[in-house]
Amino acid sequence: MQMPKADLAIIARKSEILARLAAVLPQDSIISDTGELRAYECDALSAYRCPPLLVVLPKTTEEVAAALRICNELRVPVVPRGAGTSLAGGALPTADCVVIGVARMTEVLEADYDNRYIRVQTGRTNLSVSDAVSEHDFFYAPDPSSQLACAIAGNIAMNSGGAHCLKYGVTSNNLMGVTLVTMTGEIVKVGGAYLDSEGLDLLGLICGSEGQLGIVTEATLRILPKPEGARPVLIGFDSNEVAGACVSDIIKAGVLPVAIEFMDRPCIRATDAFSGAGYPDCMALLIVEVEGSEAEIEDQLNRIIQIAESHDPVEVRKARDAQDAARIWLGRKSAFGAMGQINDYMCLDGTIPVTELPFVLRRIGELSQEFGLDVGNVFHAGDGNMHPLILYNANKEGELETCEAFGAEILKLCVEVGGCLTGEHGVGIEKRDLMSHQFSQDDLEAQMRVKDVFDPAWLLNGAKVFPLEASERRRLDLARYAAE
Amino acid sequence: MSLFQPTDEQDLSDMLRSADAPVRVLGGDTRGEYSDPATQISTAKMSGIVDYVPGALTMIAKSGTPLSEIEALLAKEGQQLAFEPYRLGALLGRKGSSTIGGVFATNASGSRRIQAGAARDFLLGVRFVDGEGHLIKNGGRVMKNVTGYDLVKLMCGSWGTLGIMSEVAFKTLPAPELTQTLVLHQLDHAQAVAAMSQALGSSYEVSGTVYLCATQSLYLRVEGFSNSVSYRVTALRALLGEYGEQEVLDHDASLAFWSDLRDVSPLKEDKGDIWRISVQPSDGVETFERAGFRTGFYDWSGGLIWGSVAAGTDLRARLGHFEGHATRLRGLSETVPKFQPQPEALARLSQGLRKQFDPRGLLNPGLMG
Ligand SMILES: Cc1cc2nc3c(=O)[nH]c(=O)nc-3n(C[C@H](O)[C@H](O)[C@H](O)COP(=O)(O)OP(=O)(O)OC[C@H]3O[C@@H](n4cnc5c(N)ncnc54)[C@H](O)[C@@H]3O)c2cc1C
Repeated sequence: MQMPKADLAIIARKSEILARLAAVLPQDSIISDTGELRAYECDALSAYRCPPLLVVLPKTTEEVAAALRICNELRVPVVPRGAGTSLAGGALPTADCVVIGVARMTEVLEADYDNRYIRVQTGRTNLSVSDAVSEHDFFYAPDPSSQLACAIAGNIAMNSGGAHCLKYGVTSNNLMGVTLVTMTGEIVKVGGAYLDSEGLDLLGLICGSEGQLGIVTEATLRILPKPEGARPVLIGFDSNEVAGACVSDIIKAGVLPVAIEFMDRPCIRATDAFSGAGYPDCMALLIVEVEGSEAEIEDQLNRIIQIAESHDPVEVRKARDAQDAARIWLGRKSAFGAMGQINDYMCLDGTIPVTELPFVLRRIGELSQEFGLDVGNVFHAGDGNMHPLILYNANKEGELETCEAFGAEILKLCVEVGGCLTGEHGVGIEKRDLMSHQFSQDDLEAQMRVKDVFDPAWLLNGAKVFPLEASERRRLDLARYAAE
Repeated sequence: MSLFQPTDEQDLSDMLRSADAPVRVLGGDTRGEYSDPATQISTAKMSGIVDYVPGALTMIAKSGTPLSEIEALLAKEGQQLAFEPYRLGALLGRKGSSTIGGVFATNASGSRRIQAGAARDFLLGVRFVDGEGHLIKNGGRVMKNVTGYDLVKLMCGSWGTLGIMSEVAFKTLPAPELTQTLVLHQLDHAQAVAAMSQALGSSYEVSGTVYLCATQSLYLRVEGFSNSVSYRVTALRALLGEYGEQEVLDHDASLAFWSDLRDVSPLKEDKGDIWRISVQPSDGVETFERAGFRTGFYDWSGGLIWGSVAAGTDLRARLGHFEGHATRLRGLSETVPKFQPQPEALARLSQGLRKQFDPRGLLNPGLMG
C-alpha cells in the first residue's frame, strides 16, 4: 500500500504550526514529542505505521474548530482519529499531518428516555454508551466486536456494524444527528432528536464518509429498550452449501433472528482448540440468536430448529439458559484471538448476496491452495458480510504481500458475485486501490465531487478511500495551495 | 409543454445531456407538484422488476415500476416493504400510481418508520443519471455495504434534484403472521403522547403508534408470530391499564386500519393545505397547538404530526423557531416554500451538492431550494 509523499515544506514548518495551535488550545491538548507521537502512528491495521507531525486532543467542539481553522489557514493536512481501532488504516497518519483526536471528548450530554435518544461527545466508547443507559433498561444497538475500545466517532465515520445489526441495523440506521466541524472550522449541526431531514439527507452522507468531510464531535443516537431475554441455538452441518441454504430458509421463514453467525471448519477447529467451547467437529456451524420473552424465544428457536432439521444437521444444540448461551458464544467471540494464536492474520470484510455463500466459500478454498496460505471464515451470515481471516507470518519475507494479494482476490470475487469490498470496516487505505473494481470512473468522480463541497482543498484524510491516481489531481491542487 | 419518456439509461442520459432548459421529474405523477409548463421527464417507460431473491430479502427494480406491482409480487412470497410508504394519490386527487423510484426519491415512510426504519434505511443501491448526463451507481444489492460514500442516502429524499434514478435495489422483509391493534379511547393529546412513549419504551416491539384527533383514539400496533403477538398485547394492556377503556382490533380490522392510514385517510375529507411536521415526540402536543391545525393526527410516537390549515397559510410563521421540520404535502404557494428552509450552513452545503450534480440547475429547480 502506497501513501503519497509527505510535504517536506509542511514538516519544516512544524514549530510554526505548533506555536499557532498552542496559542489557541490548552497546553495539555497538544502532543509534539517524537516519542509520544509514536502512540498515534497506526490504527489496528498495524502493518502500516507513520508518526504524524503533531497530535491535538481537544476537549470541546470549539477547540476542535479552533484547531481546524489554523490547519486550514496553514494548509496542513488533518487526520481525524477516534480510538484508533480501524482495521482499514482509516486513521493512519501521514508525516505531514496533524492528527485531531476526540479521545478526550467522552461526556454524555443528555439522555432522554421519553424520546429514546442519547446525546454524547463522540470520543465516548461504543460500549459505554450502552452502559450509560443500561440502568434504565435501554441500550445502543450497533455492537462492533471492538465495542469495548472503539469510539462513536469511528463508528460514525466507518458506519460500523456488529453482530446484532441483522435486526437493528448499522450505525447509520441508529444515528439521528451530529455536530460536524468542517475543515474551515465552521460548526454545523445536522439532524437532532427528531426523525428524518428537512432537505437533502446530509446525515446519511456524513455517516460512513471516513473522516473526509469533517470532524464529528457530538452525536444524537437512538436508544432502544432492552429485550426481555435472548438465547442462541448452535447448528452443525457437514457442508457449507447446506449451511448456506439453511440461512436462506431461516430468513425467508419470517423469523427475524438478531444474529446468524457462520463459521467454517478451519475456524471451528481453531476456536474450539483455543476456547474449549466444545463445538462439534463439522464442516460448518451456525449460531442463531433470537430475542423476546421466554415463550417467544422458545417458539422462535423451535421454528429455526424445525427448518434446520430439514437440512440434515449433524448437531443441534439449543441453549437452555444463560450458561449454555455463553458457552455457545464463547468460541465465536474468541475467533479472532484464536486465529491470532496460530499466526498473524488479516481480517477481510467483503459482503456477498447470501445466496452466493457456497460458491464463494468454495472459491476461497481454491484460492487458499493457490496462494499457499490458510484461511478461516467467520462471519455475519444473515446479511452476507464475510470475514475471511487469512493466516500469514509477518516475519517471513514477502508473506504480507502474498497475503494482501490473496485478500485482494477474495474482495474482487465478492464484487464479481454482486457484492462489495467492505461491509463494515470501511475502505481506508486497505481497499482504496481496489475501488475501481467496484466503481467506474464516473461513480468515483461523483463521490469525490461530494468531498469537493465539504473540503475543497482536500486537507481532511485525503489519501484514503479513493485510489491515489483517481484523487491525485485534487490532492495536487492542495500542494498548489500550499505553495501559494 | 413536452413530456419525455426515456426507455433506458442511455436514453435518459442523452436527454439530460442535450437538455437546455429546466425539466420536471415525474414518477407516477401522483404528487402534482408542478403548475409550470416546463419540459417533463417521466420514468414511466423504465419499468419492471430486474431481480427478486426472497431468500436474500432483496429486490432490484427499474425506477418507473409501479409500487402496486412490487407490493403484489412481494405479497406472493409473504414479504413486504416494511417502511410502508404512505400513498398520497387519493389525498391529492391524482390518478397515477406511485412508482418505486418516486417512493425513494421522496423518502416516503409510513407508521412503521419508528420500528423498522425509513425508506432511506431500506434502499441498498441506486443507479441514476445526474444533471450532466453521467450514469452513476452507488451502493449495491447487499445488506451491508460501506464501500465509498453513501450516495444512496443522499439520493433518497432528494426529490429528483440531484439526478434521475433509473434503478433501485432495496431490502424486503417477511410480512408478519399476525397483526393486532390495541386501541385506547378518549385520550387527550398529552395523554396519547404519554401512552405512546410508554409503549415504545417497553420491550413489546410496538410497530405503529397513531392518535386520531377527531376520535380521540390511540392505535398501537403489535405484529409477529401469533403467540408472541397475544403475549405482547396482553402485556401492553396491563402496562397501559391507567388509560382506561381498551379495545383490540383483530388481524383483518388491523390491516384495514393501517392500510387506510397509508392513504392518509384521516385527512381525506379536508380541503385545505396538508402539512407534515417532524419534532421530538415530547414537543408534539405544543407543536400541534402552535400550528393551529383544524384537524390531524399524530404518528411516530407523537413526533410526526399531520394536519391541515386553510389554503395558503404560512404555517412556519405560526410555528416560529422550532427543533424539527415542516413540509407541505398538499397545496401550492409562490411565497411559502414546500420544504423547511435549512439553516444557513446546511443550505450552503446542499447548494454545493446541487451544483456538483446538476451544475446547470436543470433538475426540478426551486423545488427544494
Ligand atoms: C478486534 C476488532 C474487532 C472489530 N470488530 C468490528 C465489528 O464487529 N464491526 C465493525 O464494523 N468494525 C469492527 N472493527 C473495526 C473498528 O473497530 C471500527 O471501524 C470502529 O468504528 C473504529 O472506531 P475508532 O473510534 O477506533 O476509529 P479510528 O480507528 O480512530 O478511526 C476510524 C476512521 O474514522 C475517522 N474518524 C475518527 N474520528 C473521527 C471524527 N471525530 N470525525 C470524523 N472522522 C473520524 C478516522 O479518520 C478513520 O478514518 C473491529 C476492530 C478490531 C480491532
